[in-house]
Order: sequence, then C-alpha cells, then structure tokens
Amino acid sequence: MTLWAATRANLIKDLRLEWRSKDALNATGFFSLLVVVIFSFSFEPTAEEARRIAGGLIWVAFLFAAIIALNQTWARELRHHVLDGYRLSPAPASALFLGKALGNFIFVAAVEAITAPLFIIFYNLRAVGDASLLILVFLFGTWALVVNGTFFAALSIRTRNREVMLPLLLFPISVPAVLAMVQATTFILTGDDSPLLWIKLLIGYDVIFTTAGLLLFPTVLNAE
Amino acid sequence: MSVLLGENGAGKSTLMRIACGLAQPSSGSVTLHGTLGYMAHATMLYDELTGMENLSYFAQLYGLTDSACIAAISAVGLDPALARHVRDYSQGMRQRLSLARAILNEPEILLLDEPFSNVDIASTSQMAKLLGELRDRGKTLLVITHQPAALSKVADEYIVLREGRITERSRTLTEVWA
Repeated sequence: MTLWAATRANLIKDLRLEWRSKDALNATGFFSLLVVVIFSFSFEPTAEEARRIAGGLIWVAFLFAAIIALNQTWARELRHHVLDGYRLSPAPASALFLGKALGNFIFVAAVEAITAPLFIIFYNLRAVGDASLLILVFLFGTWALVVNGTFFAALSIRTRNREVMLPLLLFPISVPAVLAMVQATTFILTGDDSPLLWIKLLIGYDVIFTTAGLLLFPTVLNAE
Repeated sequence: MSVLLGENGAGKSTLMRIACGLAQPSSGSVTLHGTLGYMAHATMLYDELTGMENLSYFAQLYGLTDSACIAAISAVGLDPALARHVRDYSQGMRQRLSLARAILNEPEILLLDEPFSNVDIASTSQMAKLLGELRDRGKTLLVITHQPAALSKVADEYIVLREGRITERSRTLTEVWA
C-alpha cells in the first residue's frame, strides 16, 4: 500500500462523507458570511483604509472559520471507532493525515472562494499591487492553517474539551503564518512594498510544518 | 475456535484490544502467527456510506479490489448492491457488515468481540454457521460472547476469564458452566 494510494482513498472518502453530510461546509460557510456582514456594518472605511485593514480582517475570518471545520474533521473517525479500523490496516498513518489535510484544504478553500468576492464587494477593494500574487497567498496561507489545524485537531482528539483545546494549541503556533498572510495581502492591496518576502516565509512555514506533521502523526495516531 | 467467557469487566475486550495492538499491556507481550481480523463492539463503519462504499474504502487500505468486498459482503448474507447508507441498516445488518469488514482481508486469525449482540436468532445462527465454515477453512477464531450456546456446534474450547486471568478451560460448555 503506497502513501499516495492510501492518501487518495482517504481523500475520496472524506470528500464523499462531507458531500453527504455537509457538516463542515455549512458551518464554515455560514460563519464566514456572518463575519463579512458584521465587519461591513462595524467599519465604514475609505478605499485607502479598507486596503490597509482588509488583509487582517479576511484572514482572521478565515482562521476562525477553519477552526470550525477542523474541529469536526476527526469527529466522524471517532464515531463507531472507525479510527481503530484504520490503525489495524497496513496503510501508512501519514496517509490518513495527508488525506485529511487535503480534504480540509478543499473545504476551507471552497469557503474562501465564496467569501473573498463578497469581501471585495463589501469593502470595494481594488489591489494597487500585483493581484495575481493573492492566489499564491491564499493557497499557501490556507495550507498553513489546515496542515497545522489537522495535526493539532488529531492531537486534541482524545481530550475532554477538544473544541476549546484546538484553538489554544493552533493559534500560538500559527502566529508566524498569520503574520505572513496578513502582511503579504496588505502589501498586495496597498502596493506599499513587495510581498515576496512574506510569501517566501509562508512557503517555508508550510514545508516545515507539513514535514513535521507527516513525521509526528504516526505517534499521535497510536497514542493511547 | 475458542470462546472467551466471563463477567463484565473480566478483561475480555481488553485482552482482545491488546492482541490487536490497539492497547498496550502493562506487562507481557502478544505474539501473533498470522494476519489479523478484528470485529469490535463498535462497528468501525461510517454511517454516511453504503456497505459497499465502507468495505471498498477498507479494501483500498489493504490493497484489495472490489471483488474482495463483494465476496465478504455476500459471505455474511448481505447484498453488495444495497444502496442504503449504514445509518439506515438494522443493528443485525450492521453487525454482519462489521463481520464482513473483519474478514475482508482473509485473515488467518479472527478476533470477534460480541458478534451476536443485538442480532436476532436467525441472523445469529447464520453468523455462527459462517464462523464454523471459517474454522473449517483453517482460520483461528477467538470469540467473546455472552451467548455461548449459539456457538455450541462449532466451538472447540471455552475459556473463562476472571479479573484478567484464565480460571477455567474446557472443550464443552456444560463443564465450564458447571
């Protein structure tokens, strides 16, 4: 059983389960829309101010929305002890982690794809810098959130207050990534500076935490 | 086929989880000579998937094809083409599908924890017959049950566990109950 084959099996299974239940998509999508609407009522910035604060607002909204999706990611594996079934199989443990992280990436990215245009409309945003770089920031930023979130959600799976535990573990370790996402987004929107340094930092962060997650996940999965 | 008996809390399920590698023993070790299949109290199945989708997922993890799933589902007397999600199955059907998942990879050793719980008499007898056939094909079976009479025709020995220790061992059920 190769890593890729098992990852694919896990990803397809997660997409199928989410398509049928829509647990993560509904909760995350609704939450993101609420945040956008509430922010739009709370602030009435000028075009220049909007460009300066939008990066922070949008990533805070996505971070909290991602938490909702991530908190549910392992719940269905605990129901009826399906996780034990996986542990008994010869499939590599890291394939489960990778499949889940990819699934979460798709769910959160789908919500972002719906919410981001609304954010642009509500705040009348127009990028002064190279707007195409925003795609890179969103791809690497979203992966940074879900790869750590998937790992820490697994770590807190057997704790009593796992829904509280996940943000407590995830937020501090996500600070460098969130800082890079916000700064890169703000620089692209305002055109004040080059966002490349922050994008490179984000890529480095992704590589480090993806590798760490893949290496450490087997221990987390088999911990009693 | 060995049937493991004992009161609640005697350590039967814990013993099985240790044998599977799902729990660590406080002392000692377990050596298995063969591939393992495990049917637990919980079904280890996804409610939102059909029986075939559930088994197909596990088959991929074992590097098996869908033909293995069809064979396993048919062996337990279910229809592989059944489009119903597992959440809509009766308890007896779930138990049978759980058994199908356990025998999917044709294991040499089969550990079954309460395979007959909440199963009607007809299904129990059908499952017991299947377990007997597996034994006749050379499989080693260890079954935990509170209904040992259901296995009286196919079991080779009965083991009684009390407080984590074997206290009785017999080839007949009447000797153990005596």
